[in-house]
This record gives sequence, C-alpha cells and structure tokens, in this order.
Amino acid sequence: MSDTTITPDTPAAPSSPKREFRSLYAIDDLTRKRNAAERRFKAYGIGAILIGLFFLAVLAYSIIKEGIPAFTRTIVEVEFALTQEQFDAAEKELFKTKAYENFFIGALKTQLDESGMDVPFDEAAIERLVGKTGGTIREFFKSNPDQLGKPVEFELAASSRVDGYRNGRVTRETITDSRFLQKSDLDIVDALVEAEVIKTVFNWNFITGADSGVDNPGGAGIGASVVGSFFMMLVVLALSLPIGVAASIYLEEFAPQNRFTDLIEVNISNLAAVPSIVFGILGLAVFIQFMHLPQSAPLVGGLVLTLMTLPTIIISTRASLKAVPPSIRDAALGIGASKMQATFHHVLPLAMPGILTGTILGLAQALGETAPLLLIGMVGFVARGYPDGFIAGFTEPNSAMPAQIYTWAARADFAFYEKAWGGIIVLLVFLLTMNIIAIILRRRFERRW
Amino acid sequence: MSLFWLFLIILAIALVGYVLGRARALSSAGGERSALHSLPSYYGANVAMKAAVPAFLLLVIWLLAQPFYVNSEVSGLIPDTEIAEGSSRDLVLAEVRRAARGLENAVRSGAMTEEFASNARADISDVTTRLKEAGQIVTSEISQPILIAAQRYRSLSSIGNFYMSIAVILIAIGGALWGLRETKAEFRARNTVELGMRAILVGAASIAILTTIGIVLSLVFNTAEFFRIYPASDFFFGLTWAPSFSGRGGTSELGIIPLLWGTFYISFVALAVAVPIGLFAAIYLAEYASSRVRSTAKPLLEILAGIPTIVYGLFALLTVGPLLVSVFGDNGIGIMKAGTSVMTAGLVMGVMLIPFVSSLSDDIINAVPQAMRDGSYGLGATKSETVKQVILPAALPGIVGAVLLAASRAIGETMIVVLGAGAAARLSLNPFEAMTTVTAKIVSQLTGDADFASPVALVAFALGMTLFVVTLGLNIVALYIVRKYREQYD
Repeated sequence: MSDTTITPDTPAAPSSPKREFRSLYAIDDLTRKRNAAERRFKAYGIGAILIGLFFLAVLAYSIIKEGIPAFTRTIVEVEFALTQEQFDAAEKELFKTKAYENFFIGALKTQLDESGMDVPFDEAAIERLVGKTGGTIREFFKSNPDQLGKPVEFELAASSRVDGYRNGRVTRETITDSRFLQKSDLDIVDALVEAEVIKTVFNWNFITGADSGVDNPGGAGIGASVVGSFFMMLVVLALSLPIGVAASIYLEEFAPQNRFTDLIEVNISNLAAVPSIVFGILGLAVFIQFMHLPQSAPLVGGLVLTLMTLPTIIISTRASLKAVPPSIRDAALGIGASKMQATFHHVLPLAMPGILTGTILGLAQALGETAPLLLIGMVGFVARGYPDGFIAGFTEPNSAMPAQIYTWAARADFAFYEKAWGGIIVLLVFLLTMNIIAIILRRRFERRW
Repeated sequence: MSLFWLFLIILAIALVGYVLGRARALSSAGGERSALHSLPSYYGANVAMKAAVPAFLLLVIWLLAQPFYVNSEVSGLIPDTEIAEGSSRDLVLAEVRRAARGLENAVRSGAMTEEFASNARADISDVTTRLKEAGQIVTSEISQPILIAAQRYRSLSSIGNFYMSIAVILIAIGGALWGLRETKAEFRARNTVELGMRAILVGAASIAILTTIGIVLSLVFNTAEFFRIYPASDFFFGLTWAPSFSGRGGTSELGIIPLLWGTFYISFVALAVAVPIGLFAAIYLAEYASSRVRSTAKPLLEILAGIPTIVYGLFALLTVGPLLVSVFGDNGIGIMKAGTSVMTAGLVMGVMLIPFVSSLSDDIINAVPQAMRDGSYGLGATKSETVKQVILPAALPGIVGAVLLAASRAIGETMIVVLGAGAAARLSLNPFEAMTTVTAKIVSQLTGDADFASPVALVAFALGMTLFVVTLGLNIVALYIVRKYREQYD
C-alpha cells in the first residue's frame, strides 16, 4: 500500500510516518536537538575559557595570600632603660646575658603592669616569644655606653612561630605544645598585641637583605639575589641584543638562498624549542667544565641565558625587520646608499621599537628561567651578601631570584615557604614592569605602514 | 694586567686609529672631501676595525688555549702517588687550581708576600694556615707536590697573561698601522668596512649553529664517557633506577625506563588537561567570541604562559599537592600518600600548557579559509556542526602539530616536576603516587655532591641526550606538519 491511498478516516499503519503539517516557526525535535547541541558546544567553549581564567585567579590568589606575609614582620617593642649600676652588676655576673635578660623581663613586666594587663607570664614564655634577648641588649649597651640610664626603645624580632600566629600560618587549633611555642603563649601574644607591644611592621630586610642560611627564616631577604639577577640580565642584554640584531639583519637582509642559510634557519627554529635544562647542561659542560669559569657566577648564568633567549630575540627581531616596507630600502638604494647603509641608516632605526619590545620580552623570559641556573651551581649556594664591586658582581658566586626561590622552597623549614611566595611576588613585579614597558614601547612607537 | 684593562687599551688603540685614519684620509685628499672614494668616517672605521678585530680574536683564542697548556704542564708535576684511591687526576688538578687561586688572592689581599707564595720550600702547614687566615677555602691539607704544582700553575699563568697582553697590544698596534698605511684618497674604504661588517653579521648568525654544535658535543662526549663505564643496554632497558652515591657507582642501577615512564605519564596527564581546555577555548575564541571578549580573554589566558615555571612549581608543591591530599589522601579516599605525585605535577603542567595549545590552535583555526565556513552554513549546518565537521577536520594536521609541540614542552619541563612530582623512580599505574622524570633526575644527579667522573653524575648527560633527541624529534615532526598544513591553504 502507498501513502497516497490513505484516507483521513482509515487509521495509518504504525510503520508508516504520518506527515504533520506544522508552521515553519514551530521547532521540531531534530531542530531542538541540534540547537541544544549548539548551545552545549558553545557552553563547553565558555567553560574552557572560564576554567583557564579560574586557574589564573587561583594562582594569583594563592601567590598574594601566601606571599604578602613575607613582607611583614612581627616585632616586640619594649622601652627599656638600663642604669650604670645594673650594667656593672650584670657584667660581673657569670652568665652575663642571663642577667640582662632578667632586667629586660623586669622592664617588660612593669610596662605591662602599667598598661593593665593581667595575663601571667614567666621567663621561659618570653624566651619562646622573642628568643634569647640578653645578647642583643648587652651588645647594644656595650657599643653605646652613652645610652646607659636613658630609656631606649628596643625592637626585637619575634620568633618565627609568633610571626606565623600573627599571619594565620599557626592557629590555636593546629599548634602543639613544644619548646618553641605553647598554647598558653598565644594568650600572652594576644595581650601584648592589645598593649601594642607586639606590632607588625613592613619587612624592609626581605627586600634589601641577603639570604640567611638554613636556620634563620626570619632574616632571609631576596636583595642579594635581585642584584645577582640584575648582573645576569646585564650580560644577557649586552650580548643578546647586538648578536640577535646582527644575526637577524644578516638573515633578513643579506643572506643568499643557500644551504648555509637554511642550516642557520633550521638551527634557530630548533633551538627555540630545546628544553631549557639542556642549555643548563651546555653551560655546565662548556663554560664550567671546559672553560673553568667560576661556578654559580652571574656571568656564566648570563651566558647560558643569552644562548637560550637568542632564538626568541632573533625571531621577534626578524619579524620587526620584515615589517619595514621595501619602499624604504628602495628609496635609500635609489639615492645611492649602499645596501649596508640602507639597512643600518634606514631600516634598523625604523625597526628599533619592535626590536626593543622583543628584547625586553626575551629578557623577561630569561629573568624567570630557573632550570639552567640550577645546573651551573646556583642551587644550594647561600647568597649571604652583596658583591663588593662592579666586576665582582659578574664573577663572584651569587644567586638569582628564581634560584633563590627554589632554594627556599627546597628547605625543610616551613617558614621558608612564605619567603618563597614573597620572592615570587618580587619576581612577578619585575616581570610585570618589563612587560608594561614593552607594551608602552609598542603602543607609543609602533608604526603601521 | 687584568683583562678589563687590556680590553680598554685595545678600544683606546682602535679609537686613536679611527681619529688618525680619518685625518689622514682627509689630508691625503688635500682637505677636499669630494676627492675621497668613501666618506671620511669609513677610513677611520677601517683603521679601527683592523686594530680591534684581530686583537680581540687573538685574545679569545689565547684565553681558551692557555688553560690547556698550563694544565698539561702542571699535570706532569703531579706524581701518580699523589692521586688518592678513588680520586682522579682531574680532581687533583682542580685542587691545584683552587690552591693557586687561594695563593693569588692571599697575595693580593696582603696576607702573604710574593716571595712567600712562590717559595717552593715553604712549610706546608704554614701555607695552609696562612691561606685559611686570609679567608681562602682550602679543602684539605695541601701536600708538597700540590703546593709546587700550584706555584708552577701560578707562575705559568702569570707569564702567559703577560705574553698575552704584549701580543694582543702589538697585534692591535700593527693592525692600526696596516690600516693607516692603506689610507689614501682612492682607497675603497667603504667596501672594506662593509665586507668586515658583513663578516661580523655572518659570525653572529652562525652562533645558532655553534650553540647546537656545543650542545651536541657536550652531550655526546660525556654520554660516551658514561657508556664506557656503564653498559648502554642496562641504561636503555633497565627497569630500576637506584643510583648509589657512596659505592663509586659500582652498585648503581641506572635504568632509564622508570624515568621515561614517569615523564610520559606526567606529560599525558598534562595534555589530558591542556588539550581539551585549550582546544575548546581556541574554538570559542575563534568562532563564537565577540571581538570584545576575545580582546580581553586571550591576553588573560596568555598570562598563564608568561608566568615563570618556578611559580608553577611552587604552586604545585604548596597549593595543589596539599589540596589533592585532602581529597585523595588518608582522610579522604586514601590512595594518595604525599603531596608530590604524577597528578599534582600533571595538573599544574596542564594549566601551564593551556595558553600554549589555545593560541597555536587559534592561529590554525583562523587560517581555515572563510569560504569553507560559508559553504557549510549555506548547506544549513549550525555553527557547532560547521566546527565539528568542516573546520576541525581541515585544521586537524595543524592541531596535531600544536599538540606535539605542547608534548615536547611537557617532556622538557623541569621546575614543575622537580618540585611537584617527587623523587622516587617507580613504575606504577597509580597517578597519585610520586614518580620522577628525566629532567628532574638530570637536576638531582648534577646538583648533588657526586664526583663528576662517576657514573651517577655522568648518567645525567645520557639522560640529557635522550631528552634532547626526543624533544628534537617531536619538534621536527610538529614543525613539518604545521608547515605542510600552512602551505595547503596559502
């Protein structure tokens, strides 16, 4: 039987489709399904972008949350006067620093009594909060005897656990009684905070100081490694800018089409994708094993990073040379300039903003690179001080920011983790500044032809 | 004379040469600029170039060659008895160099007189204590042969430096005189200078080749050295990685399979995160997003690619690891023991690779001709159907290339796995267990205290070689695919 024979009053066989006549505006099932698939597909895309942005937000949040405490430090501020008699008496004692400590605790007690605090505390608790204070006080009065008898404001660094309590790293729930800190001490801390004896101040030492060694997380600073990074970047800039520009000019303006040029091109595009750690191996084998340059010196780090960033800089420099229209070259050649003159007097100056932008971005990449630095000895080296001179800045062992952060992250004491996050903030501030400079350069000087 | 001063002297000679050359050219033309073949400054530059370039070349070659000569001379002074059991001539030579540097610094800081430092019969313990007092690090008591060798080293080095200064300065002056002699009005100075500049440009471009050669040589020599003391078949097919730092490497088992397994497992997790997210993000940005969304979302995503890897490493170690432990650890599901695991490193690495995949795929999708889209729409396909059935098949080779590039990035990534993946080399399927990778082991083998000539340190070069070959292969294939694909639509 065929569809044409079906009359409206005979029921259709179940197998034969019945054509419903509907308006074009009414959406049928298939269209609905396709539209749903369309919406789903679009939602996946939005979801993917949101996931990416979510990770970015989480990353930013945890860097800021964990890193900000590194920029503050907790101090115990006590006004304290020592009379000449007390000084003489203490110097006669067998345990001199202990005597000073007793004076100090006495002074603290009176100061607290005046402010009306009623939490009991003993010497051991004070020692847990601020460490052994006697040495510091004795040191001060021995070198400044004229201060005897006058009230002196002492700013003593609180122990790293008190610091942690103030930053929320240590809480009442997580703390276990130990010889470092006990639960009852937290009451004292609270009371002292109330009395404005314990204060949180900005930690300049973190920005200007040097690394402190394994046992003193509180005193660790990133300053010395910032200097190390700075010298490294000087080397990278001084080498990679001229070499990169020269190489790009050759490849873009002069190179004939031959095997040698092809070889260079292939090498550059492959070097751009070689893992950075391989450059570290190169640095170790060539600069340290073979040439006997000093280990963990910014000079060696700079050389390795130069080789690593050269491909990036060459690629971006070539792009900006290519962007200069050929009419400029033709005009220069037409009035009698040599090819070299046309390139250096006309093409290069016009391409310079783009080249500088690319170079700054290359430097930023080099600044954050860690793995090659580990291999040339910048891990485990404790940068305890600033280099003493301009030349020494290149040749004396130093750390660099990323290497310093890694060193802190690899240490056992949890208090160093905070420093590592803080170091990351400093590093990112530098990177952000460089990127902003690059963007401004591009906006300000880039020419569209 | 320090290198710095030598450097300045050469520059000064070149500068004087420039001024003289320029003046001489002008006077040879009788002050008539138009009678000169080139601009006057080219005559000056010619002289400066001839003064500086050969001098600097000689300086560099001398600096590279001198240590070899001095080392071989000094090496002859060390009797075989001085080389302790388990040590090597290289290590003793390093000790000699350290001692020589210590003597040098001590003399410079005034802790020692020149005569005392070069007195061959000086009392050893006296020298050692004086060096220590001067703040020089002396690892062990210096023995008599080492002291003599160190003194010889010092004197040879200083003699060498003296001759080097003289030779370099003479070459510089000679070059300047040669340049000045040539300087006449009809001399084609510009052509000469441009030839020299061109040579410099070629030299700069060749640095890329030199770098590759340097990488290959430094890997090949040390790898060959490693395979001389450790069988290659055990390295490539060994199933255990158990370096023994104390036992002189004799008992070390250095099989690469567990490391490769860890590397590929982590890269797989990373790609499983990055490819879907990156690809969908790219499709949305290229096909759906309004230009305003695109111009904000794209740079924001690309921030993820600009963040240094050490930041991701720390993020893995201190944020993601503990988070995963709280879900999958003993208090949760109980299959994760510590924060460092394949999952930790893989997830974070995946986040790092998202922008890498998305911007490469974005470019590739944008390169698909608009006519193909229009044809598909004209047949009544929806946007998603067009993407799935027209654009993605057309862009597939390019996207495969992008994924391969991302994989090569993942395999070569170091800091995330050093901090996030753990240090134990094991062959396991559980992604919540700590495993380690080729790159992480390169770092740990070369930053430890192991003796440089021992297999436990040299194995790092064999690992580096493997890594280099694998990533290079991936890159070549990926670039080939991407290039082929581009040609298709150009």
